[in-house]
Amino acid sequence: MIESIRNILKEHARLSTDITTLSDTADLYQAGMTSHASVNVMLALEASFDVEFPDRMLKRTVFQSVSSIREAVEELTAGK
Amino acid sequence: MTTAAPQGDVSTPAASPLETVTRIASEVARVHADSVDREGRFPVEAMEALKRARMLGLLVPASLGGPEVPLDQVASMCEALAHHCASTAMVFAMHHIQVACLARHGMASPMLRAYLTELNEKQLLIASVTSEVGVGGEMRASVTAVEQRDGRFSLDKDATTISYGEHADDLLATARRAPDAPRNDQSLVLLRKGSFTLERTSNWDTMGMRGTCSPGFKVRSTGPSEHVLPVAFADIASQTMVPVSHVLWGSVWLGIAAGAVARARAFVRQQARAKPGTVPPTASRLAEVHNLLQTMRASVHEVSAEAGRRMAASDPEALSSISFSLKMNNLKVSASTLVADIVHRALLICGIQGYKNDSPFSLGRYLRDAHSAALMIGNDRILATNASLLLVLKED
Repeated sequence: MIESIRNILKEHARLSTDITTLSDTADLYQAGMTSHASVNVMLALEASFDVEFPDRMLKRTVFQSVSSIREAVEELTAGK
Repeated sequence: MTTAAPQGDVSTPAASPLETVTRIASEVARVHADSVDREGRFPVEAMEALKRARMLGLLVPASLGGPEVPLDQVASMCEALAHHCASTAMVFAMHHIQVACLARHGMASPMLRAYLTELNEKQLLIASVTSEVGVGGEMRASVTAVEQRDGRFSLDKDATTISYGEHADDLLATARRAPDAPRNDQSLVLLRKGSFTLERTSNWDTMGMRGTCSPGFKVRSTGPSEHVLPVAFADIASQTMVPVSHVLWGSVWLGIAAGAVARARAFVRQQARAKPGTVPPTASRLAEVHNLLQTMRASVHEVSAEAGRRMAASDPEALSSISFSLKMNNLKVSASTLVADIVHRALLICGIQGYKNDSPFSLGRYLRDAHSAALMIGNDRILATNASLLLVLKED
């Protein structure tokens, strides 16, 4: 799952740093992700994992790092 | 304490802060509004009166010796001032936006707490330096970075506009957090008087809002590292600067609209008096525009009250939710559109008396001031943001 998340970030997050040099807990916003880019990241995650992020999860902290995204996706896919 | 009431100061011990500001609006701001507009000069008289009445520290927390007035009261004051002088109202609004950011995000820093106490004691005026050459009007991006070394910071910025920059005591500037940080990873930095220089790079000869005196400047500054706020600007912007700006700006625009409708109402009454017993034809137009004003007022007050509630709840998530951002952005777009529409309709009612610059029903200043609203953070930019937020919003 981490790989897919990283691929999505590589494609949509528009980071100013190479994603492969970032740890799973690195702050993606500090790496240059704008809130506009985070919208595209979310849409790609929804398509890729066939989930819908509920409004309560649409906050900065959820999209802050690879691991926080993974936790959110795991929570959403848990019932499947 | 400066409670002695010099000429033009209208504070009395019994008056509430809102009553005091309302009187300063009609007895000081109104008197000088036309010369402020014509000469494009800072509204010194009204701002001095507001300082003397101790209205610049209203949002300073009680624990730091401030009056800690609720946001909706400050919003009502902006509205009252804008009835008569939109430039004074906008300077007042912009100052309180800066104080709100410090009061809500600087409390962990002993130095910033001390600064807020000092601001209230000395009635210091703070201006904002968020604009910059090269970012295309995007507040959440910076080119310049704040550099820190040995407990000191240095920050040089080429700002496209700094409202009342030459009249402010202190400045709050955005910059990239560090020289290696990306454009949107920003910090907010307090620049104290005496530790910065301003070199003017352009003029402020505008259609309206002429008294805000907002030319471009090159800012050069240094200071202790404690003056760099300990919170990411992203959080300050979403939780405080954006909502407070939209609430206070919306209130300024509501005041402009109400001021214009007041002139139209006076004009219609004058027409009615000329022909006793008949209702003048302009009265129907007045009924229409009054209806629109009520719509605008309801919307500004409702969204402002919600913003105030969410801020008082001190739940950062409640302020960064998508639905709340959409609501605040919608307030900005609708209030800024309605103000221009309402003033235009008031002009049609007053006719040539509204078009003339030297009649008591003149609406030229109101019309020109009103048109700044759609440009302050361009409505197209805000609608584009909302379009992208609506891609992810699941429920309303």
